[in-house]
Amino acid sequence: MNIYVCVKHVPDSAATITVEGKTGINEKITFLLNPYDEHAVTEAARIKASSADTEVIAVCLGKAAAENTLRAAMAMGADRSILIETDTSRDSIFTARALAAAIRSDGRPWMVFTGKESIDSEGMQTQFRLAQYLSLPVATNAIKVDADSDGVTVECEREAGTIDVYRMAAPCVIGAGKGLNNPNYPTFPDIVKSRKKPIKKIGTAELTIDTPVAGMQIQELVPAVEQHSPKALTGSPADIAAQIVDILKNEAKVI
Amino acid sequence: MQPIGLLIEFKSGHIKPANFGMATAARAENRQLVALMVDAPADDDKAALEAYGVTRIVNIHTDSNQWNPAMHAAAVVAAMQENGITTLIGLTSPAGRELLPRVAAQLDAPLVMDCIEIDLDDHRVKTSQFSGKTIATIAMTGTHFIYGMRANVIAPLEAPAAAEVIDFSYTANHPSGFEVIETRTDGSGSQYLAESDIIISGGRGLKNAENFKLIFDCARHLNAAVGASRVAVDNGWVPYAMQVGQTGVKVNPKVYMAVGISGSVQHFAGMKTAKTIIAINTDANAPIMAHCDYYAVGDLFDILPALEKALASMTR
Ligand SMILES: Cc1cc2nc3c(=O)[nH]c(=O)nc-3n(C[C@H](O)[C@H](O)[C@H](O)COP(=O)(O)OP(=O)(O)OC[C@H]3O[C@@H](n4cnc5c(N)ncnc54)[C@H](O)[C@@H]3O)c2cc1C
Repeated sequence: MNIYVCVKHVPDSAATITVEGKTGINEKITFLLNPYDEHAVTEAARIKASSADTEVIAVCLGKAAAENTLRAAMAMGADRSILIETDTSRDSIFTARALAAAIRSDGRPWMVFTGKESIDSEGMQTQFRLAQYLSLPVATNAIKVDADSDGVTVECEREAGTIDVYRMAAPCVIGAGKGLNNPNYPTFPDIVKSRKKPIKKIGTAELTIDTPVAGMQIQELVPAVEQHSPKALTGSPADIAAQIVDILKNEAKVI
Repeated sequence: MQPIGLLIEFKSGHIKPANFGMATAARAENRQLVALMVDAPADDDKAALEAYGVTRIVNIHTDSNQWNPAMHAAAVVAAMQENGITTLIGLTSPAGRELLPRVAAQLDAPLVMDCIEIDLDDHRVKTSQFSGKTIATIAMTGTHFIYGMRANVIAPLEAPAAAEVIDFSYTANHPSGFEVIETRTDGSGSQYLAESDIIISGGRGLKNAENFKLIFDCARHLNAAVGASRVAVDNGWVPYAMQVGQTGVKVNPKVYMAVGISGSVQHFAGMKTAKTIIAINTDANAPIMAHCDYYAVGDLFDILPALEKALASMTR
């Protein structure tokens, strides 16, 4: 049985982002496996460990450098990878179509994992579109997954203190949330082993992807400007407290 | 008149106030605001919607009284089709994160979540990307357009109108293979962070779970929500749903107080758009101190009790 894990190659959350051209960023910074995808890979590897004849396949739409992210996913437990190569940034409508096409051409999924969102474009939608194109049920922000051969019982955290329990027939799509597990950070031997695992590279032209009518195109990217100029609050704790109350009342007008 | 669908959300049986900001953002002379309400808990919300310019209220009835995102999204799509709606606006809230992408996927329509500006005529929006480090202008193309707004970016302004109420029954056409077993609520989800005007967050400086009481005590007087840094969450002091930041909730309050929080880039990613940021930290060189509006160099264990006292005497 195949568990596909869709992963994204994203800038390190601590990296300095410099806008280049009108819509791009300087990519000479550290890129990593998207943090939520770490939970997705870890969960797929956990399920594989307790199921017979299961293979975990990481799938990524990205530029050539995304190979590093696939290596990271394989060091964390994926058995092999598919890199759908593109040389431009793609919106989630195209991305989900490409991922669906790559999965369809590779095999029949038991489960498809994604992260609940990517930390670069923060679109929060690829898993839903992927499910739609594959005609599968989907749940997101999963914090617990119990899988059997007919389906999956999944607990999803909707908001503070609210957990939804869903039953989905297999195959299905699951967006991994942070509460799902502690990522399997790889050991050195895992990394060495991952270097020998295969990556199949395909171009978007080799896949059957119908051209979407809809799209989301970045027209301009600008650095977020900071609008704060810090002023000190001084004096005794009681003085500071009084100044805070004054700010709340007279400046922010929230009380 | 172009009909604009507003996906209305409820909290404790009534419309969430953030929906009125959304109505304000959508309003224009050539548009008709249509409130789409799935299994609305109360029928006394008509006046509230009318006050913000809604002229049509569609009460969508599903055949279950349970939260079911797959069915609710399908019901919203059906109601949009029935009412000739090709533009839908909702909140980037817990329910919005479930419903808006499902609606967009079904319609194969563009969707941008967490918009800080929307232009419904040109289908152009602004949203933050790369953890709040950049602002992207995104042009959407398609036949339907779905917008997820960040709560509180537009202040609600009244514009009274009279609304007709329409009932719309949706019988599932059950989304196959997806079933809700149960929804468990432990009551701790007091106030959703992203929709709060005032947030007080605690970090490593709080030292343990018990000390968070100091923050909750202040928050209670202000009807503020309580947030946290990832360190406080990872240490198990507070639940993950309270985490503010890149891998937590992104918030946009009028006032954000960061207490015992250093102000890492990842934390900033979630709160940098707050109007007024107040930091309390023992370390004058903590990054937060250089990126806020007001800072107090001092011990939170002295300042929070003093603040609680000041707030108590004021609200009494
Ligand atoms: C991929 C990734 C995603 C992340 N996502 C998030 C996220 O979503 N949200 C998030 O918050 N972090 C996130 N982080 C973690 C982030 O990098 C920081 O580690 C974290 O924000 C630090 O939390 P803190 O400010 O509470 O702790 P610290 O950085 O340790 O700061 C504690 C502060 O408390 C002050 N202090 C100590 N005692 C007192 C006292 N008695 N009175 C007053 N002040 C005191 C100290 O001076 C210090 O400035 C992420 C990291 C990564 C790698």
